Amino acid sequence: MGDVTIGVLALQGDVGEHMHAIERAGGRALEVKTLDALNGVDGLIVPGGESTTVMKLLERFSLVEPLRARVRAGMPLWGTCMGMIVAAREVVGSPQPTLGLLDVAVRRNAFGRQSESAEVELDVAALGSRPFPAVFIRAPWVERAGSSVDVLASLDGHGVLVRQGNVLGSSFHPELTGDGRLHAYFVEMVRAAKIGKRTTAA
Amino acid sequence: MPKETGTLTVKRGLAQMLKGGVIMDVVTPDQALIAQEAGAVAVMALERIPADIRAAGGVARMSDLELVSRIMDAVTIPVMAKARIGHFAEAQALQELGVDFIDESEVLTPADDLFHISKESFKVPFVCGARDLGEALRRIAEGAAMIRSKGEAGSGNIVEAVRHMRAINDTIRALTVTPKEELVARARDLGAPYELVADVAEKGRLPVVLFCAGGVSTPADASLMMQLGAEGIFVGSGIFKSSNPKAFAKAIVDATTHYADPSVVVDAHKALSGRAMEGIDVRKLPESELLAPRGN
Repeated sequence: MGDVTIGVLALQGDVGEHMHAIERAGGRALEVKTLDALNGVDGLIVPGGESTTVMKLLERFSLVEPLRARVRAGMPLWGTCMGMIVAAREVVGSPQPTLGLLDVAVRRNAFGRQSESAEVELDVAALGSRPFPAVFIRAPWVERAGSSVDVLASLDGHGVLVRQGNVLGSSFHPELTGDGRLHAYFVEMVRAAKIGKRTTAA
Repeated sequence: MPKETGTLTVKRGLAQMLKGGVIMDVVTPDQALIAQEAGAVAVMALERIPADIRAAGGVARMSDLELVSRIMDAVTIPVMAKARIGHFAEAQALQELGVDFIDESEVLTPADDLFHISKESFKVPFVCGARDLGEALRRIAEGAAMIRSKGEAGSGNIVEAVRHMRAINDTIRALTVTPKEELVARARDLGAPYELVADVAEKGRLPVVLFCAGGVSTPADASLMMQLGAEGIFVGSGIFKSSNPKAFAKAIVDATTHYADPSVVVDAHKALSGRAMEGIDVRKLPESELLAPRGN
């Protein structure tokens, strides 16, 4: 327990909720606002929030390239809602810059404005037969995904939980529910990546 | 898979997604774009910013809906709009229009001098102002999904926001060490439902997100309020009443994100290249011109 340190990008968004969920899932949680903090984590969650805000802050505080380099070197990354938009290759119909770490085109506010924000019992085979309580808030969906992207769950015919190697993206907010299965899944991804790295180094 | 919209979780959840961010008052689509470009997490669509409402006097009502619509079309970030205290028909109209959040605000002239809107029955989330914990919990009991300090809007003076933020957080701290047998009496004194008081005593925080509003005009103001426990910042007149709105907007965003790092606040201040809005000594305002006492 606590053998992996998982950062939560803390430029803006629901940081505390993810930190609690990481601790409950057996990881050690760390707020990441600086390069120093980024260098001290084994995996990173980009939380829910506003994608335009966070992308601008990543640029202003020179975190874009270091973050890209860490993820390309194998550090697991999970983006929830805003985080998935920031991680994506592109935003449909928008010149909005992104990190380009997940080979998907996402549509922002795909389900509509706040009046369409909803709770849904979502089938996620990778998490077992019990549906997952998914909270969608002004949520994006995956409009197109590259061939190396696994779509782990869909809603209204569009991907809402996807994985490409060490990068996980979800349209919804597991950190707002008491269901820790997706955080446990990510903690395992981080653990596996850390063990793999140690093995390679040896 | 059936979808349930307008639940407590999605209403409070949107406020949670705004944490650590700055929400800016704007009166035109162009200003909304400046705010978004500076890194605002949301905009408040208004006809006049509070400083101008204060100067103009008269009755301040819900904004022109055509203007709110144009602002909604202009930006991708959430759009909030204000309804008068107790004016549930204005709130119904704003919900119908599709705004993402409604501020039942003391900045507008109250429509009901006794009762607030019953916010629980709406699908759209509401934010309300509060001066102390009792007021905050009464608004939450009515269904508010987010609380902000009232401060003294349009004054350019942070003193009232500091007073309100301290009052809310000091009382929360005191409740966490209050013996259980005293909580019913504390609920009576606060004028708030026992269940909410007991929940705050147990968790040491409000059940909804707490922002600061009313008087923020510089990056250091934003840093101050975040260090006093605000989870995010509303800036009303402070940006578009400054001499350099673009620079002020960006600097206040930077200082809110890195509120605990004085070196970032220094850089933010250096980048202002302009003057902050003129302020008002709140003690010199006649009682009839104070906004914070509206609604309780």
